[in-house]
Amino acid sequence: MDFGSQYIELQLGSFTLRLSETIITTWIIMAALIIFAVIVRSKLKKFEEVPKSGFQNVVEAMVEVMDSFVAGNMGDKYRYFGNWFFGVFAFILFSNLSGLLGFRAPTADLGTTAALALTTFVLIHFMGIVTGKLGYFKSYFEPVPFLVPLNIISEIATPVSLSFRLFGNLLGGTIIMGLVYTIPMYIRLWVPAFLHIYFDVFAGCLQTFIFVMLSMAFIGDKIADTD
Amino acid sequence: MDFADVINTYDITAESLMNARALVLMGSAIGAGCAMIAGIGPGIGQGYAAGKGAEAVGRQPEARGTIMSTMLLGAAVAETTGIYGLVVAIILLFANPLVNLVVPKG
Repeated sequence: MDFGSQYIELQLGSFTLRLSETIITTWIIMAALIIFAVIVRSKLKKFEEVPKSGFQNVVEAMVEVMDSFVAGNMGDKYRYFGNWFFGVFAFILFSNLSGLLGFRAPTADLGTTAALALTTFVLIHFMGIVTGKLGYFKSYFEPVPFLVPLNIISEIATPVSLSFRLFGNLLGGTIIMGLVYTIPMYIRLWVPAFLHIYFDVFAGCLQTFIFVMLSMAFIGDKIADTD
Repeated sequence: MDFADVINTYDITAESLMNARALVLMGSAIGAGCAMIAGIGPGIGQGYAAGKGAEAVGRQPEARGTIMSTMLLGAAVAETTGIYGLVVAIILLFANPLVNLVVPKG
């Protein structure tokens, strides 16, 4: 049995294009999110001081929740991270929930989660250097200089654990549901429905929340360490 | 030593190669099962975290939201070792790197 991401081969003239399920699903999710963003942007001019339409209420609530979430975790000064984390949150949430529509979740592929974790890794160290300047480099030599290798390993372990947590959860769910779907229809009955609720909706939302929350905690820690 | 050298030196037949493959697959399956013993740790850890969280909510019901998110964060970190075990088991079962060491493709 193969639970990996399947490939579609397209013959374009002389060269073959290999598209994995992950890439196609990612594009679909990106398209959906971009269309939603464009719709919100086009309606932004009609927004009023006091919201009257339900749509404006929903949009404002989403932005406000994320904003206060970031401000609560990282401090008022770094509220602008909300823009970034809202995008990450929406992308991961939609990828985790895409299993409900019969897609293979893009986050069940180490490539996607590693990319997301690497962006966090870059942000951690970029913010560390920007806020800490020399203090950032000095923090590697603390408490004693000969612990430098261990400090570096612990920095590398951050994105590894961040990506493996999301990947392992989603892939585990995908494999268990794939095994259940091999049982004949008249025996398995409604079992997959409950598995979808648990693995896609519950674990998916929880892991999205945890990924964003941990990213915030790591970046905030680095800022607080060196500030 | 190269794979072709090994075949020439030790007179390895297709049958013995299949036996070697079967042995590696058997070991991998047992190893995958053993790797999942790692699930015990997160189970205990998360149960402990949830218990303490319930205790805290019982003592201070108004701080429910904060306690909830802190508990989930702690539970997620406790889960990491279990996920490592799961990834090792999945690699051994579905993307086994050891079989190709014994029997190269083609």
